[in-house]
Amino acid sequence: MLHLILFSVFALICVAGAVNLLLQSHPINSALSLVVVMGSLAVEYLLLGAEFVAAVQVIVYAGAIMVLFVFVIMLLNAGEEEHTQGSRVSWLLGIPGVLAVTVMVCWALLRSESGSVALGGVPQTDKAFGGARDVSQLLFHQFLLPFEVTSILVLIAIMGAVVLAARPESESRRQS
Amino acid sequence: MVPLSYYLVLSAILFACGVTGFLIKRNIITIFMSIELMLNGVNLSFVAFAAKWHALSGHVFVFFVMVVAAAEAAVGLAIIIALFRTRETLNIDQVNLLKL
Repeated sequence: MLHLILFSVFALICVAGAVNLLLQSHPINSALSLVVVMGSLAVEYLLLGAEFVAAVQVIVYAGAIMVLFVFVIMLLNAGEEEHTQGSRVSWLLGIPGVLAVTVMVCWALLRSESGSVALGGVPQTDKAFGGARDVSQLLFHQFLLPFEVTSILVLIAIMGAVVLAARPESESRRQS
Repeated sequence: MVPLSYYLVLSAILFACGVTGFLIKRNIITIFMSIELMLNGVNLSFVAFAAKWHALSGHVFVFFVMVVAAAEAAVGLAIIIALFRTRETLNIDQVNLLKL
């Protein structure tokens, strides 16, 4: 029962943050509501017993990635977004489509609850499941090669970011 | 006990919010944040299924998704900075060189 209450409260906060992201016109407000979404998602992960993932969610997503976003918003001095012709077309075509698909998916999922293919509840275990020890044992044995490949991916991403964001050679020479 | 389908519905709603933001927003940074929202929605269903079937590999996949999202954010924001330097705008309607 307590789990259900906690789930509902943080699911509501999560959806409210996501809707607020859409409604705000200034990017800094959108970024802050995205932080709210990520924080409440971390609580949902904790409810599911995923301690390591919840910690990483707060540190990497709500911490590092969002700091990057807020930094770029402030660096570029982004203002209110303006509405144009393109946004009207996407409003007319996109919103009904997205709504229809979402309602269909939610209806199918909730209907399966009472049918023969019921997904059932998530079992609550007493012993820790998904702590750093369990996850790292899996990560460094079975998933060692993908782990090393992602480290190369991050290295390439860092180099790409530096190359892309660096001032062009001619421009920096002109200023000095 | 919370039914698994509730988690999946929350994940679907988050993903739909991300898609909607991707469609209706004109500011390139907000569009980028909508993509992060979609990734978060997918992560939630990964963790929910992992808890349901007691399979830890779901958590490892979430870990990989986070790494890819971090790499994507770094490169994407660098592209936005480079774009702003040449075009002086963040509105995607004015970034249309590849459009027919």
